[in-house]
Amino acid sequence: MSLQTDKRDFSERTTDGLGDSFMRNAVGSAQDSLKTRRLSAATALGDWEQWRTAGQQIRQHTLQNLDYYLEQLAGNIEKKGGHIYFAATKEEASSYIRDVIVQKQAKKIVKSKSMVTEEIDLNHVLIEAGCELIETDLGEYILQMDDWDPPSHIVAPALHKDRRQIQRVFAEKLGYTDDESPEKLARFARKVLRQKFLEAEVGITGCNFAVANLGAINLVTNEGNGDLTAAIPKTHIAVMGMERIVPTLAEMEVLDNLLCRSAVGQKLTSYITVMGPSAAGDTDGPEEFHLVVVDNGRSDILGSEFNEALQCIRCGACLNVCPVYRHIGGHAYGSIYPGPIGAVITPLLGGYDDFKELPFASSLCAACTDVCPVRIPLHEQLIRHRQNIVKENRTGSMERFQMKAVGRLLSSPALFGKTLRFAHPASRLMSKHGRIVRGPELIRGWIGSRDLSQPVKQQDSFRAWLDKRKGESGQ
Amino acid sequence: MKVSFFSTCLVDLMTPKVGIAMVEVLVRLGCEIDYPASQVCCGQPAYNSGYLEDSKLAMKNMMLAFESSDYVVGPSGSCVAMFHEYPKIFKGDPEWELKAVTLKEKSYEFTQFIVKVLGITDVGASLDGTATYHRSCHMTRLLGEKETPFQLLEHVKGLHMEPLKNSDNCCGFGGTFSVKMPDISEQMVDEKSSCIIDTEADILISADMGCLLNIGGRLFRKGEPVKIMHIAEVLNHQNPVIAKGGSQS
Repeated sequence: MSLQTDKRDFSERTTDGLGDSFMRNAVGSAQDSLKTRRLSAATALGDWEQWRTAGQQIRQHTLQNLDYYLEQLAGNIEKKGGHIYFAATKEEASSYIRDVIVQKQAKKIVKSKSMVTEEIDLNHVLIEAGCELIETDLGEYILQMDDWDPPSHIVAPALHKDRRQIQRVFAEKLGYTDDESPEKLARFARKVLRQKFLEAEVGITGCNFAVANLGAINLVTNEGNGDLTAAIPKTHIAVMGMERIVPTLAEMEVLDNLLCRSAVGQKLTSYITVMGPSAAGDTDGPEEFHLVVVDNGRSDILGSEFNEALQCIRCGACLNVCPVYRHIGGHAYGSIYPGPIGAVITPLLGGYDDFKELPFASSLCAACTDVCPVRIPLHEQLIRHRQNIVKENRTGSMERFQMKAVGRLLSSPALFGKTLRFAHPASRLMSKHGRIVRGPELIRGWIGSRDLSQPVKQQDSFRAWLDKRKGESGQ
Repeated sequence: MKVSFFSTCLVDLMTPKVGIAMVEVLVRLGCEIDYPASQVCCGQPAYNSGYLEDSKLAMKNMMLAFESSDYVVGPSGSCVAMFHEYPKIFKGDPEWELKAVTLKEKSYEFTQFIVKVLGITDVGASLDGTATYHRSCHMTRLLGEKETPFQLLEHVKGLHMEPLKNSDNCCGFGGTFSVKMPDISEQMVDEKSSCIIDTEADILISADMGCLLNIGGRLFRKGEPVKIMHIAEVLNHQNPVIAKGGSQS
């Protein structure tokens, strides 16, 4: 899988999402419960707004000094005997990882969920190289078993499925014979996966944050799968987006607090681990450690008008409040990064040719901006994308013409005055019983499901009333 | 106190009664109303659609229209929030930045003005019925005003307020979003309408005409009898008081 998960038109994908009532119920109820849990976990921390500001400042400081911290990280990892590789493109990143694995003559790989490995199309590359690869995050494992169904949420990749669907997948693909209770399903998966951990020669994980002054990485999971993936196989390869770095443990602590509370409404998750190259004399941990730092377009975002998007800590909170995501689901975004943050970063990483509709899939309600723990002004970034799309003439010529006309009309008191006078008589042709029933393309979708009154008559208008009032009071 | 009335293009075109109610309330509270006739639209539809340069024309027209005003008060949290965005949009523009900041500083949404500037929470309104309130996203999140409508509604005699489930969720209007992506918008307004119907309220109140047009249009299409009222109409409403013995005073 790469960044793009579905090549069909946005409208086709949306129709699929809107028609999937099961998925919509699952997403809706997940949003409702996560909202309450997030709020109580946030409130428990004290002044949440101050914590958000701290998170924003840490992320901005790190981005402003990214070269310094990356260099420090690289130096410390190498000092501890680890390897660090800076990949400019997704191809470079996945080839490097493949080469390490080929060199080890490794065939059995376990992976812990990582969005960036999806972005660099790693699974595909490794399977082509003849490896047996197992996703060990329960959600990702379910998706893999279901013929690599794409993830639909940043934190809960299988959010769109319910226990019955999972039971069916396990029964068909793994011979599971028990009922659909989550405990039994999880116990079954754990048994299968435990064997995979023990057999694996290489473990691949993501990285929530790299800690620059330690030469280490921080993993945040609820299932312990990341720790097992990193600790049991002889070789551990961690993959991170270039920007996912903190100066020290102190900043990591702030961000982990914000991450866990925003993502799942927990104070902290079950497993928060800091790991890296093993030191001499360590009795456990991998013998070899590689950290792959992926650029893949991030340098272009750095310092641009979209710089703040790089502050993202992948908590998924914006998805959990987005009313559009609620109804169309994650797959409709056609990207491994769905929801509001996906609508911002997917076009940056994948280009407007394939993703120009995403920035328009928002009512700009700003719920995402409001909830973002590191204060990314998400809705403003969506408007910025729209401005670029308009500047590049990628909107339809009819829309451009209408917007120009409306722009002129709404800035000219004289023209607007004429419109007020003629709006009612003009709308009579399109109306029935005072409601508009026919109309130009622009409003057709709207009046298909909603009633729209005719504009008022000139003599009933607010301005006419004001004039009359002025006349009466003699003002 | 002299107040410049910002009527918004939606009120001008579609719902004059909201403008009238608002003027009547403000006059009753002692304000002198001024109406700069050259005002048109805040520019939000074009701005939010990405047409920055086209939208700036409308914004400049508004800055000039209200240049000599002391206070600018409008019946829409969303349009007033747009005024509050102007300084960001005109940042670094020597001719317009200061005008943008000045307009932002003197602009208020209707309920915000009554509570925060006039210092009044009881306007002497009365309305018998059960109502629920729709928070508009732009008023609560962009303008940052959450409380003033409730502070005023609390004092409306006879009015019982029912809480609205998922009241923070957008109704799906979003200006051009609702015409550009009508299918998604329809599902959003449908869910909002269902939550409103579940409250069993007779009246839906909001401080934003855009949301009311959207939700009201959906409720009407579904044949639901919920009455739609802008908060200015509620605050301008006075039931005839029934005195003891049954005669109307």
